[in-house]
Amino acid sequence: MKRIKYFLPLLIFIAIALFFWKGLQKDPHEIPSALIGKPVPAFNYPALTGNQPLTNKIFIGKVSLLNVWATWCPTCYAEHAVLLDIMRTPNLVIYGLNYKDDRTKAEDWIKENGNPYQAVIYDAKGTLAMDLGVYGAPETFVIDKKGIIRYKHIGAVSPNVWETKLKPLLEKLNHE
Amino acid sequence: MKPHRKKRLYMILVILLGVTLSASLAIYALGQNMNLYFTPSQAIVNKAPTDKTLRIGGLVKEGSVKRDSNSLKVNFTLTDHSYEIPVQYTGILPALFREGQGIVAQGKLNVAGVLIADQVLAKHDEKYMPPNISAVREGSE
Amino acid sequence: MLPEFANYLLQLTLSLALVLSICPLTGTFLGKHKWMQFARSLAYAQCLCLCLAYLLLAYAFLSNDFSVMYVATNSNSQLPWYYRLCAVWGAHEGSLLLWVFLLSIWTAAVARFSRHLPLAMVARVLSVLGMISVGFLLFIIITSNPFLRLLPDFPLDGRDLNPLLQDPGLIIHPPMLYLGYVGFSVAFAFAIAALIGGRLDAAWARWSKPWTLAAWCFLTLGIILGSWWAYRQLGWGGWWFWDPVENASFLPWLVGTALIHSLVMTEKRNAFKAWTALLAILTFSLSLVGTFLVRSGILISVHAFAVDPSRGVFMLIFLVIVIGASLTLYAWRVNKVKTHIQFSFFSRENLLLANNMLLTAAMLVVLLGTLYPLFMDALGLEKISVGPPYFNLVFIPLMSIILCFMGVVPLSQWHHTSRHLVTKKLSIMLGFSLLIAFILPWMITHVFNPWVFLGMSLALWVVAVTLQSIFRKTKNFIALKKLNMSQWGMVTAHIGVALCVIGVVLTSENSIQREIRLSPGETTTVGDYQFRFVGVQDLTGPNYTGAKGKVVVEKDMKEISTLQPEVRFYTVQKMALPKTAIDANLFRDLYVALGEPLEPFEKGDWSMRIYYKPFVRWIWGGALLMIFGGVLALLDRRYRHYLGRLKQVTK
Repeated sequence: MKRIKYFLPLLIFIAIALFFWKGLQKDPHEIPSALIGKPVPAFNYPALTGNQPLTNKIFIGKVSLLNVWATWCPTCYAEHAVLLDIMRTPNLVIYGLNYKDDRTKAEDWIKENGNPYQAVIYDAKGTLAMDLGVYGAPETFVIDKKGIIRYKHIGAVSPNVWETKLKPLLEKLNHE
Repeated sequence: MKPHRKKRLYMILVILLGVTLSASLAIYALGQNMNLYFTPSQAIVNKAPTDKTLRIGGLVKEGSVKRDSNSLKVNFTLTDHSYEIPVQYTGILPALFREGQGIVAQGKLNVAGVLIADQVLAKHDEKYMPPNISAVREGSE
Repeated sequence: MLPEFANYLLQLTLSLALVLSICPLTGTFLGKHKWMQFARSLAYAQCLCLCLAYLLLAYAFLSNDFSVMYVATNSNSQLPWYYRLCAVWGAHEGSLLLWVFLLSIWTAAVARFSRHLPLAMVARVLSVLGMISVGFLLFIIITSNPFLRLLPDFPLDGRDLNPLLQDPGLIIHPPMLYLGYVGFSVAFAFAIAALIGGRLDAAWARWSKPWTLAAWCFLTLGIILGSWWAYRQLGWGGWWFWDPVENASFLPWLVGTALIHSLVMTEKRNAFKAWTALLAILTFSLSLVGTFLVRSGILISVHAFAVDPSRGVFMLIFLVIVIGASLTLYAWRVNKVKTHIQFSFFSRENLLLANNMLLTAAMLVVLLGTLYPLFMDALGLEKISVGPPYFNLVFIPLMSIILCFMGVVPLSQWHHTSRHLVTKKLSIMLGFSLLIAFILPWMITHVFNPWVFLGMSLALWVVAVTLQSIFRKTKNFIALKKLNMSQWGMVTAHIGVALCVIGVVLTSENSIQREIRLSPGETTTVGDYQFRFVGVQDLTGPNYTGAKGKVVVEKDMKEISTLQPEVRFYTVQKMALPKTAIDANLFRDLYVALGEPLEPFEKGDWSMRIYYKPFVRWIWGGALLMIFGGVLALLDRRYRHYLGRLKQVTK
């Protein structure tokens, strides 16, 4: 009896630590996207480079990432380097969604920093982004072969996020 | 009972009483003052209670912000792209408040399903940025 | 090259810290003097390396080296130099570097000022501090290295420091807070060393008390700076929000305050040793938990910080190792400690213990409220948040009881207090404070407010009994000199608490807050003051543009002040922030914050907040007095005298 009372603080701490552990698995800031499991909304937009129009058909046939970026978003700079690495992954296409941006600035950016994207959708007004439920940049959507949104990552894609979250998911989707 | 035993008993009783009192106070206070958090979908589908303070988090729908021209009353709509909740608020909006931005409004739902907010919080994160005002303006012109 | 060198320095420090955590401690078991003596040099070397690394980061900021990622994300060439220096600790990576740097300073200070302590004790303490250092250095090197480069493509300019942080209040807020947090690691290390050595006695309490006092002073200063900053910078006129980030600093403060009092009991009466040791462990543990809560993004806070789950996991592992191990050690070793002291039910010991318990209970309810949303979410129940009403509801009753006891303690005596004597004196004081608390506010406002009455009577009660206890001891003014510094410190700090309570109650109850729409030339009345809105002009600053308003304040037809609140739009971060204008004096603040221009714009209407806040300065003034009390106690001759005596003994 006497000894037990000295263990009490330890027990309380262990209980709290367990909750911390569970809490870390979840992101309290996460607002579930209503679009997961739904197809990419229909759109028809000009590409950033070249003038051929892009539609939601581009997502059909291959597993793809849709990366929302902008030149006003500094975190996108860091993310860009990671995307340039990722683009070499077989069976993967990366599309960009340039969001509320200046066209010339965005073009220069691609020229200077390299282009990981198959094509970039130029969304000056952010309408498509609104339809996709984008809150800010960077965000990345994982889209399966049928053009259905399967996952949304908020914030930059770091090598760690790529290895632990996106890559396994993409492999799974490729086998579907 | 020996005197020091008696003293010990008193001590334990006092401590127990204190623990019980503060624990029940804390539980009571928690029960009274929890703010439930909903997304607009959850609020509508799960029928959010009208008698409790709640927080609703979502995007400010573009074009929905309407200010009263004589007072600080403002109406806007919160959306998560599936459902929408109209919000009414009187006061100064946070500096980071703008259309298309994710915000959290705290208040009570009235019978008409309008959230009468007493607090509007804009979220800001040091790494993850909402688009800037000028870009929004350029884009909408 | 320099960032790479700094990187190397970090790794060097890590190896030094590793040796420091292992070698001297092993020395105490093997009885090797050389190994134990090595601890001091290691502590100095560690401090020197980290100081260099820290200076290198500061230099990277000053020289606008945007190839360093941390600099690029938190600075800008347009940023004034002093804010560039502060940007060093403006975000996660740099603030962690500051954390270990301060830890190494405390470690070196312990090494320097512990000549009088037994060598084995010093070796153990420094080893424990070394272990903490290892944990944090690993954390920095693995997950949050501030010296990472953005090569070969680095931006031409940085993305600027978060504008919220560009404020003098915040220049010194984090370093003070961290000095407090980290300072408690010394008390922690002493407790752990004493538990390892099996000597939990009065001497241990005497050694750790000055360190604890110093840490407590810094933490208090950090907290009030944060509160002052929030008051001015957030533009809501609030001075405390019960936000998780604030609570994270308040939790260790509550337990730290209990610890200071408990150390007195252990030092003077050799009592409650187990309890004191537990408090020492808890205080530092809560500092770590606070850092974890703030940095892992596990809770939603108004002050949002970057969320990176891998960091959270690392910190949690560190937390579990440090806190888990120390609490296990505690449970295992503390059993050997026995108190053989007898005291009566109504004695200073018991009163202090009761206050200790109450402070701990206050900490637990704040902790519960802070973590409750996390518990609910983790259990898969509703998503909730707990607001200020909860904290006010549970905290006010507890604080009231604490204040009641606070009054009685100085009059009580160790071992046994004559009930008759005290009852008689106390009832006079009680009557006196109730009477004044009733009359004084009524004379000014002509209304009876129960909260004001409660707060005022408690505050007056504390002041009256504290002063009474001095005069009882001294009988006349000349004898005041006989009081030692510790007693002066206690008196000052307790009066500080009372002033703080008066400030809190009067500000909360008598503030007038108005959110209003004003046209140029329009006047509004708030309290006894007329605020005339003159208009708004454009404004250009070094890294912002904005608008500057002009509001003329009049009272009884006389102009008393012109307030110029601003709204600044920080061009790099694209963020608009209000800059409030405050006319302050001892008894009230007049506070004006601009909101936003309102349509139709050609009319020039603005929304603004106009507040009248009576006695708000007393909150921070009282807290400053508490710190002053802490400093006085720190200067107590007995500590210095004790140093001298021990020096002779060791010779």
